[in-house]
Amino acid sequence: MDTQEEVIVYARPDSLTKTNTHYCPGCTHGVAHHLIAEVIDEMGLRERTIGVASVGCSVFAYNYMNFDFVQAPHGRAPAMATGVKRVFPDKVVLTYQGDGDLASIGMAEIVHAAARGENISVFFLNNANYGMTGGQMAPTTLPGQKTTSSPSGRDVETQGYPIRASELLATLDGASYVVRRSLHDPKNIRLAKKAIRTAFEVQLRGLGFSMVELLSTCPTNWEMTPQNSLKWLEEHMIPYYPLGDYKVNPAVAEIKG
Amino acid sequence: MPPKGRIIVSDLYCKGCELCVGACPQAVIALNPDRITAKGYHPASLFKDGCTGCGICAIVCPDAAITVYREDLRARRAIPVGA
Ligand SMILES: Cc1ncc(C[n+]2csc(CCOP(=O)(O)OP(=O)(O)O)c2C)c(N)n1
Ligand code: SF4
Ligand code: SF4
Ligand code: SF4
Ligand SMILES: [Mg+2]
Repeated sequence: MDTQEEVIVYARPDSLTKTNTHYCPGCTHGVAHHLIAEVIDEMGLRERTIGVASVGCSVFAYNYMNFDFVQAPHGRAPAMATGVKRVFPDKVVLTYQGDGDLASIGMAEIVHAAARGENISVFFLNNANYGMTGGQMAPTTLPGQKTTSSPSGRDVETQGYPIRASELLATLDGASYVVRRSLHDPKNIRLAKKAIRTAFEVQLRGLGFSMVELLSTCPTNWEMTPQNSLKWLEEHMIPYYPLGDYKVNPAVAEIKG
Repeated sequence: MPPKGRIIVSDLYCKGCELCVGACPQAVIALNPDRITAKGYHPASLFKDGCTGCGICAIVCPDAAITVYREDLRARRAIPVGA
């Protein structure tokens, strides 16, 4: 085909570095990375963005996203992002956190950052386990789900019920935009990208705390092929973690996607 | 006739996860058993005609390994660019 008669439909975004990642094959952490990078490219924000990486499989996000980054101790990304944003109010500040990071060790930091209405954008990757450390039970692990630390399946009588972080944070007045999306198929990935864009729009307008929860796979610890992991996410995670908009401040609703 | 497209998969990034294989509506992608990347994966590639350049494989690829090209339909209809 004559190249002059071709258009490029998709190319790797500039906001990703030219590095191959350490993520396992088929892990949808990578999908979240490229969506965030695409939105930052499209909005022209690369020179003004500062990311805060967390602890978990995404600990090396600073090597993969091609803009400034700092690294927070486990669970403390929202606290560090608070400081960064208050010192540099003109920067766009994001955190990228797993479910163990955000909903277990970091529960205090995320709740208070949302309650204070910190003008930051949080990307919350929920894969229902502690991926990095070998697939232990997380606060988000489903009832009955087998993990390396709940080998007979999570028993809610002794191990409690999973935490729905989006629903919980949406109750706080400081939270402006809190939604849950999923990365399991092309349509939902497109919707996730739109939500990521809206989260940045919220921050640029100074409307306060925004969070996009992204349901994500962990093929390695779930002991499934990448393809079967997508199906498992759809069939098991979405019923417990319904997709939807949990908090949309009236001022946010006016933003056109 | 649907538009013609093609994809180029980067050996640097592809991990042979097959998510693009499962998502392609035209079923024209497969892992190439005859090639192996520096990391030891069989990379994805087009194995037959029929790619429409829809971009779905690139949306699902966790490693942003795929560049997607599509025939410029303005050229097909002989409409000058910018018209
Ligand atoms: C203070 C502290 N406690 C515990 C750990 C061990 N640790 C590393 S990653 C992790 C959990 C990560 O799980 P999650 O946030 O869900 O990220 P994922 O790997 O699943 O993406 C834990 C407990 C640590 N690094 N630091
Ligand atoms: S352990 Fe799980 S979350 Fe971590 S990179 Fe592998 S598949 Fe992804
Ligand atoms: S989705 Fe990406 S990484 Fe996976 S096989 Fe296809 S091109 Fe390779
Ligand atoms: S662009 Fe569309 S048709 Fe072509 S390989 Fe990718 S998914 Fe298949
Ligand atoms: Mg996790």
